[in-house]
Amino acid sequence: MIVGEQKPFEEIWEMIKSFRKVLVFGCNTCVAICHAGGGKEAEILASLIRMKAIQEGIGMEVKHAAIERHCEPEFFDPMMEDIKTNDVVLSTACGVGVNFLAERIGDIPVFPGINTQFFGAVPKAGIFVELCAGCGNCILHLTGGICPIARCAKSLMNGPCGGTNKGKCEISQDVDCGWYLIVERMKKLGALEKLYEIQPLRNWSTATYGGPRRVVLEHIKDIEGQ
Amino acid sequence: MKSGSNLEKVLESGHFAVTAEVGPPKGASAKVVQRKGELLKTYCDAMNVTDNQTAIVRMSSCSGCILLREIGIDPVMQIVVRDRNRIAIQSDILGAVALGIRNILCLSGDHQRFGNHPTTKGVYDIDSIQLVQTLKKMRDEKKFICGEDISGEVPLYIGAVETPFADPIEYRVKRLAKKVKAGADFIQTQAVFDVAKFIKWMEIVRDEGLDKQVHILAGVIPIKSVGMARYMKDNVSGISVPDEIVTRMEEAKVAKDEGVKIALEIIEQLKEMNSIHGIHIMAVAWEDIVPVIVERAGLLPRPVL
Repeated sequence: MIVGEQKPFEEIWEMIKSFRKVLVFGCNTCVAICHAGGGKEAEILASLIRMKAIQEGIGMEVKHAAIERHCEPEFFDPMMEDIKTNDVVLSTACGVGVNFLAERIGDIPVFPGINTQFFGAVPKAGIFVELCAGCGNCILHLTGGICPIARCAKSLMNGPCGGTNKGKCEISQDVDCGWYLIVERMKKLGALEKLYEIQPLRNWSTATYGGPRRVVLEHIKDIEGQ
Repeated sequence: MKSGSNLEKVLESGHFAVTAEVGPPKGASAKVVQRKGELLKTYCDAMNVTDNQTAIVRMSSCSGCILLREIGIDPVMQIVVRDRNRIAIQSDILGAVALGIRNILCLSGDHQRFGNHPTTKGVYDIDSIQLVQTLKKMRDEKKFICGEDISGEVPLYIGAVETPFADPIEYRVKRLAKKVKAGADFIQTQAVFDVAKFIKWMEIVRDEGLDKQVHILAGVIPIKSVGMARYMKDNVSGISVPDEIVTRMEEAKVAKDEGVKIALEIIEQLKEMNSIHGIHIMAVAWEDIVPVIVERAGLLPRPVL
């Protein structure tokens, strides 16, 4: 899932304070699971904005709504006319949702209510951890299912640097050393010798460094076209 | 000869090498580098110039190396993969060689979060082992990473580092083997304080036959104070400082003298190890102690080859 965190309220207020009709627009998928931008969070944020507007003596109409997914048009297309009655949309969807809505909404601004952070998992309620960097060139079969790109602070490909300390990364005692985990996992799998081979230089062009990426499935595209 | 550098000559002719480290200034003064160079010139075979160590911006390693070379010192240019992508690295290598730099030491580099620009973007396009491979390819095949030809020779003596006591211990020697396989000519280790533990590590290195394929220089850090001993023991990953050393520093009348004494005892034991071909002295902000240590360790005069 995509993990995000709500922006500080003051930052949000600075973005929207000059607008009079505000829609706080949540997404009930990934960002709802991480309690950052689902319908519930959008509703709470809308209340906070209303109170702030009253405090500041500003006449502001603040509505809230949420849909299942901001990343596919069919979910928000039915309510697009309603959305367009506002001066600004404060989206609490991930950055994908903000971009996608901005492309379709015409001349109404769409602002981000959350900072979109990473692809992550939820090992325990309230804890979200980054496990994949979406680099477009997966090598998890070589590293015991633990990603050195996402989980080593230096994205090293050939083992831990000298900064690993009792299984922790040099950047923080709160961060596991990804390569320590990989070595331990490969030992368990009886496949440590796989890590004796030198891994070649990465092709980073499949990651975001190669420019914006797209995937086209010709067979599906054709069927839809018909 | 692969590069003809003084360090290569010293190591290949079987001498016990001595190298030292120069931290470049947080400024543009050539004099700072020259002064350190003049101070240590006759006491070591080559001098490393660090590359924005601990991710703190300083004068570039390449420039420091050129300043040292101008006063007759064989420099070792450090390159960390934190700040440059493969285009910049290969370009810098060509420039460094053109300016007479022959020894290159390949490192990952301390993470940018440590330094004075913690909000920067780290590069990490290639890792330190791939950097060693890249230099070997440039030198031996006269080719860039992409396979295109380089015009002319790229004489290099390739170094890498290893931290013997970092986790996971059982994988460390294998990782060293990767560096050797990638093309390292010499290895500098993290500072050694626990010689007994280091000897055990070197036994594994010997079992793998690595000491016959690469020149290993053991790292030596003279301890200036008991605070420094404690700090390294508790905070520096991959450094193992035995309690005995901390106690000796605590009980010493003059801490600096005890620190020198400890360094000399460690060097004495390292000299007796056949598989260790030299030492690399990292006297961080205490460069003027290096001549004293080298002299008292009986490592003078340095060979003229």
